[in-house]
Amino acid sequence: MRVSFEVNGHEVTADNVWPGESLLYVLRERLGLPGSKNACEQGECGSCTVYLDGVTVCSCLVAAGQAQGRAVRTVEGLAESGDLAERRLSPVQEAFVEAGAVQCGFCTPGLLVQTDDLIERTVGQGGGVPDEAEIREHLAGNLCRCTGYEKIIDAVRLAAERTAAQRDGGGPA
Amino acid sequence: MSGLLENTSTRAIGADIGRVDGPAKVTGTATYAFEHQLNAPAYLHPIQATVVRGRVREFDTRDAEAVPGVLTVLTHDNAARLADIGDAELAVLQSDEVAHRGQVIGAVLAETPEAARQAVRLVRVHYEERSHDVRFSAARTDLYTPGEAEDDEQGDLAGAMASAPVTVDHTYTTPMEHNNPMEPHSTIAVWEDAGLTLYESTQGVHSVRSTMAELFGLDPERVRVIAPHVGGGFGSKGPLHPPVVLAALAARLLPGRPVKLALTRQQMFDLVGYRSPTIQRVRLAAEPDGRLTGIGIDVTAQTARFKEFLEQAGKPTEVMYAAPNRRITHRLAALDVAPPTWMRAPGECPGMFGPEVAMDELAVACGVDPVELRVRNEPGTEPASGRPFSSRNLVACLREGARRFGWQDRDPEPRRRMEDGWLVGTGVAASTYPTGQMPGSVAAVRFEDGHYHVRIGAADIGTGAWTVLTQIAADALGVPVTAVRLRIGDSSLPSASLAGGSTGTVSWGSTIVAAAQAFRERHGTAPADGAEARAGLPDNPNRERYAMHAFGAQFAEVRVHADTGEVRVPRLLGVFAAGRIVNPRTARSQFIGGMTMGLSMALHEDSVVDPRFGCVVNHDLAEYHIAANADVVDLQAHWIDEADPYVNPLGAKGIGEIGIVGTAAAIVNAAYHATGVRVRELPMTLEHFLA
Repeated sequence: MRVSFEVNGHEVTADNVWPGESLLYVLRERLGLPGSKNACEQGECGSCTVYLDGVTVCSCLVAAGQAQGRAVRTVEGLAESGDLAERRLSPVQEAFVEAGAVQCGFCTPGLLVQTDDLIERTVGQGGGVPDEAEIREHLAGNLCRCTGYEKIIDAVRLAAERTAAQRDGGGPA
Repeated sequence: MSGLLENTSTRAIGADIGRVDGPAKVTGTATYAFEHQLNAPAYLHPIQATVVRGRVREFDTRDAEAVPGVLTVLTHDNAARLADIGDAELAVLQSDEVAHRGQVIGAVLAETPEAARQAVRLVRVHYEERSHDVRFSAARTDLYTPGEAEDDEQGDLAGAMASAPVTVDHTYTTPMEHNNPMEPHSTIAVWEDAGLTLYESTQGVHSVRSTMAELFGLDPERVRVIAPHVGGGFGSKGPLHPPVVLAALAARLLPGRPVKLALTRQQMFDLVGYRSPTIQRVRLAAEPDGRLTGIGIDVTAQTARFKEFLEQAGKPTEVMYAAPNRRITHRLAALDVAPPTWMRAPGECPGMFGPEVAMDELAVACGVDPVELRVRNEPGTEPASGRPFSSRNLVACLREGARRFGWQDRDPEPRRRMEDGWLVGTGVAASTYPTGQMPGSVAAVRFEDGHYHVRIGAADIGTGAWTVLTQIAADALGVPVTAVRLRIGDSSLPSASLAGGSTGTVSWGSTIVAAAQAFRERHGTAPADGAEARAGLPDNPNRERYAMHAFGAQFAEVRVHADTGEVRVPRLLGVFAAGRIVNPRTARSQFIGGMTMGLSMALHEDSVVDPRFGCVVNHDLAEYHIAANADVVDLQAHWIDEADPYVNPLGAKGIGEIGIVGTAAAIVNAAYHATGVRVRELPMTLEHFLA
């Protein structure tokens, strides 16, 4: 079957998609977007997290056909300019590098999308910086084998604070 | 040892520099093995044995071959013959024998992974089944002494036990565990006239190259292995395992086309090794003040009947404490299982569980503070070898950790503190890991376009090699980090040893220092464009003279719910003495990550084998639990300034593994202090407290 949807603002089409294929597979193997990772294929680890119409999902558990006509946003779409060559990182991406929240990097894309979502739902909606319990709850579905999580939580807090400062001050923190 | 490093004005070593590979990793553009964009790939899915032991009589592949998109069914009948390199695990598809359940007995190559997977399900395999035995026990009558670990006896431990006023004699167990790096083992293999190219998730591109060249009878120059980014390894991506061989066998049947193989998480439990379970009888003989007169550990571990691997859990007992009488033994149970392999701190990690819990039991028996007990048994030289330590700061770590943790007000009596229904306790354990160095690395430095291009085939499995090697090169050349362009992760670069045994940074870094010195000697400080020099890792004669190890102390606070037995670890604090720290940001990640994996070992990790079926039944991340963010609350890693002039020109010790050593013992000791219940097996789950 043919599946057409939007990825990171661009219309894409994949042909000859087998109905059982996952959205993750189509992104990685057909559309050349390997940023979302395949680490468990059963929704346990969160490494494949993407936005589907603004809601975060494990793309390994979404059939490609379910994305028909909808909008997907992946880690490749988080950079602010949308231009990876320029490497203008989003506040979330910047904070992860700065806080030392990245090691092997395989869980990182899923965590970034999930963190982006948390900040959008809190600071982005005019709310305050999420507290530690909110951060932990929101990232509960993302496993990491390297970092020990501590620096990830620091990074989320840092990104949220900077986003709030930017919003309130009208400029970069 | 190195005036070059001491006199540098740039001082990149020790600087808190962000990860060089960070921007690529957070934008999703860091390329892992399976993600290299190659034209028209085919996909491979393994066929795995569904019996534990026997032989394949016949494959019926008609239905599988009828699946649209299937290209080939690969079995021992049509697989290429490989050279016998003395590693039975890598003799993939070389016979019809089945040595363990889940073993690769074939594969389907297809246009899509879905077709390959579906076809595998349709292959009917007829076996000649034989009886099997996967029961691991120290009571087996067929245990044997492995050749690489003869019994090590000094003095008379039995005599010391008989005459000592205080003794501890208990058996401790650690379970089978699986490495489970987040990135499953993956390969893209391309077989062309020019040779074999492998995009591989590996801890060492050159070791993959040499082993694959040998297996396939190729000149090593005709094998290229590429691995710029690797999604974790923790040992399982160190030695080669069957999947990479399988991918190359399949690629050979499809010349010119890339063949892609990514293991599923479930297959990771069958095909790429694991940490052997251990049974450890630990004996301590002591004076009433806690001074040891004897120490012994008798280790039983398992191995595969068809390939030996020894988990050397007795090793740390050679290093840790002074005692005139010492006995260290290893026995192996050869079972019809897949071969165990390295998992983060092999030997030391399980081997510091039993002894460090036993030391806590001795502290209780003698009424001596467990920190003080360890200080009292500090040796002057390495106990088993008699060699002086190049540096040993265990006592400093214990003292500094005790101060930071607030140990001094601790009431030694167990089960004294209850808060909101939770029993609260604290515990301590020591850490150690050898400071090794692997031979064989070469680095090249070339000046071009205003930059120093430093090339070495090192691997970054998340450790920070991209970053710290850039820093080391900068200081060795006396230039800012921005003037260095590093290339690693490709076997076309100068040869590098693998990332294992916490030797990566020190081996590759010392090689880069030698290459930088050679460059400056030949080309001076104003080199011409195109100036180049290379050097290999120099011998370090101090390695013969000194015992070289890193040390640490870990402190844990544990809460056990008085009614439910639920265990929580609200605080974990480690202090390490590991020589010079090259980059505090990446170093802290390594220590904390190791401690978290130790916490995971203490509370969760347990690969459960069903003896009837001979395989791990909890073979996915839903059932094999690893620490999640809720498990990690207040986790701190600190280090003391340690100058070691002997270990290497950097004065650095490897830090990738020591963080996991001792953690589980500290947590178990804290749980005893909280509850009065002594747990001697891992993982420590709630049922231990509900008896």
